[in-house]
Formats: sequence, structure tokens, C-alpha cells
Amino acid sequence: MSMPFYVAPEQVMKDRADYARKGIARGRALVAVRYDDGVALVAENPSNTLRKISEIYDRIAFAGVGKYNEFDQLRVAGVRAADLKGFQYSRDDVDARSLANQYAQILGQIFTHEMKPMEVEILVAEVGVTPERDQLFHILYDGTVMDERRWSVLGGDAEAISARIDASWAADQPLEVAVKEATAALSGPDRTLVADDLEVAVLSRSNGRRCFKRLSDDVVAAALAG
Amino acid sequence: MPLFTPGDDPGASFPELLRRIGLAPSASDSTVGELSVPHATTCVALRFGDGVVMAGDRRATSGNLISHRGMEKVVQADQHSGVAIAGAAGPAMEMIKLFQLQLEHYEKVEGSSLSLEGKANQLSMMVRGNLPAAMQGMVVVPIFAGYDLLRSVGRLFTYDVTGGRYEEHDYVATGSGMLHAGTVVKIGWRDGMSRDDAVALACRGLWEAADADSATGGPDALRGIYPVVATITADGWSRLDDGELASVFESIAAEVRAR
Repeated sequence: MSMPFYVAPEQVMKDRADYARKGIARGRALVAVRYDDGVALVAENPSNTLRKISEIYDRIAFAGVGKYNEFDQLRVAGVRAADLKGFQYSRDDVDARSLANQYAQILGQIFTHEMKPMEVEILVAEVGVTPERDQLFHILYDGTVMDERRWSVLGGDAEAISARIDASWAADQPLEVAVKEATAALSGPDRTLVADDLEVAVLSRSNGRRCFKRLSDDVVAAALAG
Repeated sequence: MPLFTPGDDPGASFPELLRRIGLAPSASDSTVGELSVPHATTCVALRFGDGVVMAGDRRATSGNLISHRGMEKVVQADQHSGVAIAGAAGPAMEMIKLFQLQLEHYEKVEGSSLSLEGKANQLSMMVRGNLPAAMQGMVVVPIFAGYDLLRSVGRLFTYDVTGGRYEEHDYVATGSGMLHAGTVVKIGWRDGMSRDDAVALACRGLWEAADADSATGGPDALRGIYPVVATITADGWSRLDDGELASVFESIAAEVRAR
């Protein structure tokens, strides 16, 4: 009987993490920034039909980067978990923190037990009744959860993008400014992104029960021009 | 968090998801006779130039007693459709809650809304699912109305207890006062009516039903309770406020007084 080669656990984990990171870095990035009326989500996405950003529940949105089929599977699982919880208890009991923890469990489980980790990074954003209660949970391919306060950057080149937002972010900025700033951060100094290259949605406190709303290319173009 | 393998996925169906998770409301198998539960009564819906008007009174009765004065039997199902219910109040409210959830769940999972026809068929399946309860007197017969964005027209659907779905062209009424309300609307209905005329006609139908049927509540100016009246057009669902309804019913009352 042949013996498999011994591979140190550190090496296995490192190889998996490198694999996931490479997959994620190939895709385009996504930014979520808080503005005066909620959270704006801006993704670089040439497709007008395959979405990176979507609605999970009344006050909760989902965003994913990396492998589409993998984060879409997580998105649908999130919608199901949220709708089931709202049906079983009440709409007020559905919260982003609990969803983020469930996502972290799944991603962590797959990272350590499956052949291949998920090549995704996801964001669960919740808009609070008041701005202080807005929440951004950034979850990595290995199940690491980060609770971010002002903005969140997912995908390749995250550090550079984050540094650009850091230079321009201000509390209580209007939506147009937030979208423009997020777009500038995504594109960097050497490129320009137009409305058609972007997928933009908001979680807006003033949008009634369902806070999630997609912004059309016209609205985005107007914000970028302003 | 519910995860399914690709071949085993419940898709965009919320009721199917509930079954798979084990949360589906179980139908009771007892065969006892009629239970005395609150019943909801008269609702009408009619088509006008820009869409549909739905209206329903607010009374729920248990036998000869009024159990609720403020029940809302006409409710928004989603942005472009609404449901009106008559029958056993408990199962009807549960059905509406599940129906609203299903439409929203589908929209979120699929990324686009069901067609109006698809929504009408969904409701048909839910009414069919209620058949065992209907055999014990818990009959639920809804009206479904909405604006068909694909065909740019308002449409009305009515159901029987077995889930049979019938599309009505001009108007539809359900509940204990359906004969009176339906007759009034039938006589007054014209093709391509204005919104205000359609609202007035629907209110008149409810007025006459309340006048002749003890289970139908009229406008209650004393408590400020008016029927729920809503329009559904290309712009979506819009419920009339009590101020507007007060003046509509005031003019009906003035007309009746002057006769």
C-alpha cells in the first residue's frame, strides 16, 4: 500500500488561501460606502443582467465578488434564510449580523473540509433606522468576518481602492458624492469608468419598507457628471 | 442557512421551501363540523381606463356578532397587484401573508417579478391547498387583481374553493354581500371609466351591500373607519386615504337623502 506524502497543515491552508485569493483577484472590485441616507453599493460590472449586488431583505443587501456561481448560491441561501426567519418570527427579527455569522460558518466549513475553497468575498450590508445603526459585514473566503464602519472594499486591489476612499470619505455625504467617490476609487487615476461599466444600488432609509433600490444608468451618469 | 444541491433545489418557491424545511402549516385531519370563526365579507373589484379598482368593507362577523370593525380584506400583494378575500378570516390572512411572501421571495431569488398570470396561478394553488380546511367550513375565496405590465392592461381573477381560476372581464364581487354589490357595479359599469367614477361605483356597491346584508359593514363616520379602496395602475398600488373616501361616501349619502 502506498502512503500519501505528508503535507503540513500550514501548507495546506496556505495553498487553499492562495488559490482563493488568486481567483478573487482576477475579478473586478466592489465598494460599499455609507452616505447620509443609507449605504451605496457600487460594483464594476460590465454585465447588465448578471448581478453582483442584490436584495436580501427589507433592510439588508448582499454583494459578492469572485466566482459568480458560488456567490450567487450564497445569495439565494441568504434570501431563503431571511424569508424563513421573517415568516417564522417577525420581519423585525431578521438582521445582518445573524446572516453574516451563518455565511461565515458556511465559508469556514467549506474552506477547511472541501477540496476547493469558495473563490468569493461577500458583503452583508444593513441600513439601520438611524445612521449609527448601519452595518457592513465583510466576509472572506475562509469565513473571516470583519465588521466595517464607514466603507468596505471587496475584490482585487482592495488596499489601493481603500486608500483612495480613505482620502475622500466624509460622514453624511449625499448620494451623488458617495457614488462619484466610490467610482473614482474603483477606477483609480489611470482609468475612467462610465455608468454602463457600473452596477449601483442603494439601501436607502427613505425608500419605504424595502430599502433596496437599483440606480439606473441615467441616474448614475447624472451623479458622475455632477 | 438552507443550502441545497443543484438537482435538489426548491427553486423560487417559498411554500416548497417551507415544506422542505418542515415549517409548512399542516392541514388538520379532524372531521368535526363547522367551526364558528370570524368571517370576512364583501369585496368588489372592477376595471377602469388606467387599471383596476379594488374595494372591501371592514367588518368581520362570527355568526350574528361583529368580531372586528377594522379588518383589512383588501391588501397589497406586491407593487402591481392586490388581493381581496372573503371567507374564514384566520386562514385567509395566513394565505395572504404566504402569498405576499411568495411574490417577494420569487422576485428576490429570480431577480425579476412573476408575470401577473403567474401570480394568479400561484394564488390558485394556495386556494386549492386550503380545500381540506374548506371542507370544514373554513372557505377562503379571494379576488386577485393587478396591472399586467406585459399587456399594459388591468386584469381581474376570481377563484372557487377548489382553486378554480376564472378571469373576469369587467368587474367581480365576492363574499356575503356579493349579490348586492355585484349588481350595483354591473349596472353602473362602463368601458374606459375614469378613476374617480370607478372609485365612486365601487363605493356605491359596498354601500348597497352594507344596506342590505348584515355581515357587510358600511362607512363608519363615528369611528372614522372607511372601506379599504385602492387603485392599481401602471404606476403601481395606491390606497385611497380616508379623507377622499369620506367625501365619496358623503356624496353617496347626499344622493340617497335627496331621493
